Amino acid sequence: MMSKQYEKVIGLEVHVELATKTKIFCGCSAEFGGEPNTHTCPVCSGMPGSLPVLNKQVVDYALAVGLATNCRIHQYCKFDRKNYFYPDNPQNYQISQLYLPICYEGGVEIETKAGKKTIGIHEIHMEEDAGKLIHDVWEDCSLVDYNRSGVPLLEIVSEPDMRSAEEVMAYLEKLRLIIQYLGASDCKLQEGSMRADVNLSIREAGVKELGTRTEMKNLNSFKAIARAIEGEYARQVELLEEGKKVTQETRRWDDNKESSYPMRSKEDAQDYRYFPDPDLVPIAINDQWIAEIKSRQPELRTEKLERYKKEFDIPDYDAKIITESKKLADIFEETTAICKKPKKVSNWLMVETLRLLKERGMEPEAIRFTPKHLASLIQLAEAGTVNSTVAKEVFEEMFDTNIDPEAYIEKKGLKTVHNEDTLRRVVEGVIAANPQSAADYRSGKEKAIGFLVGQTMKEMEGKANPVMVNQLLRELLKKI
Amino acid sequence: MKIAELTALELGKKIRDKEVSVAEAVKACMEQIQCREEQVRAYVTIDEAGALKRAEKVQKQIDDKTLTNPLAGVPVAVKDNICTRGLRTTCSSKMLENFKPAYSAEAVKNLEKAGAVILGKTNMDEFAMGSTTETSAYGVTRNPRNPEHVPGGSSGGSCAAVAANECFYALGSDTGGSIRQPSSFCGVTGIKPTYGTVSRYGLIAYGSSLDQIGPIGKDVADCAAVLEAIASGDKKDSTSVARERYGFMEALKKDVKGMKIGIPGDYLSAGLDIEVKEAVLAAAAVLESQGAVVEQFDLSLVEYAIPAYYVIASAEASSNLSRFDGVKYGYRTEQYEGLHSMYKKSRSEGFGAEVKRRIMLGSFVLSSGYYDAYYLKALKTKALIKRAFDKAFEKYDLILGPTAPTTAPRLGESLRDPLKMYLGDIYTVSVNLAGLPAMNVPFGCDTKGLPIGVQLIGDCGSEDRIICGGYALEQGRRAQ
Repeated sequence: MMSKQYEKVIGLEVHVELATKTKIFCGCSAEFGGEPNTHTCPVCSGMPGSLPVLNKQVVDYALAVGLATNCRIHQYCKFDRKNYFYPDNPQNYQISQLYLPICYEGGVEIETKAGKKTIGIHEIHMEEDAGKLIHDVWEDCSLVDYNRSGVPLLEIVSEPDMRSAEEVMAYLEKLRLIIQYLGASDCKLQEGSMRADVNLSIREAGVKELGTRTEMKNLNSFKAIARAIEGEYARQVELLEEGKKVTQETRRWDDNKESSYPMRSKEDAQDYRYFPDPDLVPIAINDQWIAEIKSRQPELRTEKLERYKKEFDIPDYDAKIITESKKLADIFEETTAICKKPKKVSNWLMVETLRLLKERGMEPEAIRFTPKHLASLIQLAEAGTVNSTVAKEVFEEMFDTNIDPEAYIEKKGLKTVHNEDTLRRVVEGVIAANPQSAADYRSGKEKAIGFLVGQTMKEMEGKANPVMVNQLLRELLKKI
Repeated sequence: MKIAELTALELGKKIRDKEVSVAEAVKACMEQIQCREEQVRAYVTIDEAGALKRAEKVQKQIDDKTLTNPLAGVPVAVKDNICTRGLRTTCSSKMLENFKPAYSAEAVKNLEKAGAVILGKTNMDEFAMGSTTETSAYGVTRNPRNPEHVPGGSSGGSCAAVAANECFYALGSDTGGSIRQPSSFCGVTGIKPTYGTVSRYGLIAYGSSLDQIGPIGKDVADCAAVLEAIASGDKKDSTSVARERYGFMEALKKDVKGMKIGIPGDYLSAGLDIEVKEAVLAAAAVLESQGAVVEQFDLSLVEYAIPAYYVIASAEASSNLSRFDGVKYGYRTEQYEGLHSMYKKSRSEGFGAEVKRRIMLGSFVLSSGYYDAYYLKALKTKALIKRAFDKAFEKYDLILGPTAPTTAPRLGESLRDPLKMYLGDIYTVSVNLAGLPAMNVPFGCDTKGLPIGVQLIGDCGSEDRIICGGYALEQGRRAQ
């Protein structure tokens, strides 16, 4: 039994891989994958005599993220070397920022069930990623792949402002949306383009001083982060309840075992001997540069959501879901601009699109159909050229193989039949073939008409205008 | 006159005039090497086959007039810390015994564009750390003027090769005097350019914020021509500074009339060998006789230059040399158990004593708790020294002084007392700390027959003035 009430105090270190074409200090491709050591050069493999040259795009992205998270900017900033020996790091130092990180003192607003709250951002700095070690157990040796060495990263360090896993999720989701909207990274936790380390301490409710914190690494999904927070909270509470102390250390989370084990403690913490990298000149960020980034800053999610509520007559819930993905929001706006039917567009996205994404196990980013084609399909459905059942079939084809709906409908002969004579003949046949249902209707069983409509649609392979079919049935049943 | 005794520009002219072929020039050097090298040992690697092959190619380009540079076809020796593609580059260390770079340094590429033929790589203090060329893993280089004495260092091999006519000119590197001091001891001319004038890309770093590649030649004109060839703005080196024009050769035609030249009084005080002092004063008289105004002034802060230099250079070196770890290239110990044992043994066995001393010193001054007291203080001192020079250059066009406090010491004398050896850099290191250009001009010999050098220091970017002043000294001395 817990005798006291404890509060969680959580801060996050979030690493984001930037979506630049080339690495941070050389011209090598920053693209994921490739045969080992094919995206390498003397610079990113640490050859003697090679020198780093800063990729300006990295600074642009860092500024964009910093401005979007309300940070102040160090207009004179520098890179520092973080010295430590490990084979994935070819120079045995990582080029990072310690003394003058590019962005500092910012924050973002999050919303949870408890309401709105601001999570402070201590700093954002630029640094290079390391290579990858592959341990070959058969050969009893280790191999190094430097393809990732020098891929640009942003490290976003929060203040210890979060008090629950829910707040952590909201904060991460907020960051992810901001960064994706800026196009600075695709922020995929599973693929490692967004990584979070959790710093957690506990204190008795009402106490002001912070407890001893631990840092949790190896968190590969939102679920793992939530589980690690609860797991570490329980572990620390148990320690304190037993009268023991929490040790300041870095721990590695094992999500399969749902437990963590210590990697290194403060006692054997390394001295990184940071000092300004003499190979790189300080970056002078003038007001004009900042103004330029500001002017290029796209509308972010919060603003977009507000605008949707004002501008489009769609449910708040829909607006929220659509703006959670920049891709969906882009499709929504572009399609609406063509067909002028926001409600219809929203419906197609909320129902059919989300269903197919889920069924196909895809992210919105992978959507292939174009806003032009979606608008065209909506217009065809609205004009009655196809009925809603056919439209859904066409949409699925569009979703899977990116066809032009108009051409497809034409080619496959899917147009709704509006010709009264044709329909009249079919309806007459259906009534004749189903005398019992006809009799039921006439004797007042309104429901029987549904069956007859269905039979007619079946006969027409779904291409009949359902309104006309209904009318014709009623008319003919009265007559006969 | 023997071919080997010609200056680089004299030889260049004879090659263009078809009086001497490029192959003959190479062979003349090889003969000279055969005759002197057993005693001098200026080279670590001699590439006769490569040089002769290259000579053939260059000869063709000269014959069809695609190569017209004054240095076209002239054989050069390159210090062994400057990368040469496919040609072993050892830094005179066991650590890089079999290291063949995959690329050439930018300065080497520039020389090759000018038609240079590389004879081989010259000996140096290991990783450029030392003042005598006695810390090389490949043996001691001796002073060609007197083999019982050291040639100076760390570019001792390059200076000895020039002095012994084993090449027509050479490339060296200067971090704290490594071009000027051995030039002074060997009686040759050497320039340490303004920081950023010659690209450091491909120079295996010692102290990145201080390192510069520069020319070592038989006279001032040769150095001007070589510097003109190797200087370039290089996008691969962030600290490189592009200039619209260099005009080093034109500077030879100017005179010193009306030039204001200052001699720091603090350079002539205690510790300076009386014969060297007399040479400096004699040099002043030569300049005065040509219309320059020479006076003494107080530079100040002179005693702080050496401690500041050794703190900064060692700090940078400790980080720069961490990439030599046995993982990717270079020396790896034979037997080890696990990663840390491999690191430890490879580095302990691969580096010599002086390198280890500076790595330890550098690691110490960067470690937490000492960073502010040593490294930051040294950086502040560096800034103050730069300011003292700035002030001096408000008044003077050039500063004249000794290059080294003494002439070349006897072999083995310096390493016995490293602190005393460090003090020998008193007149050279402040130039690197301030990023200034400076030149050693031979100015007679002492009573033992050992060469004395005087130093001309200019403001940033004023190599032309140094060359003008140096040429005046050289011509004036010859006329005496």
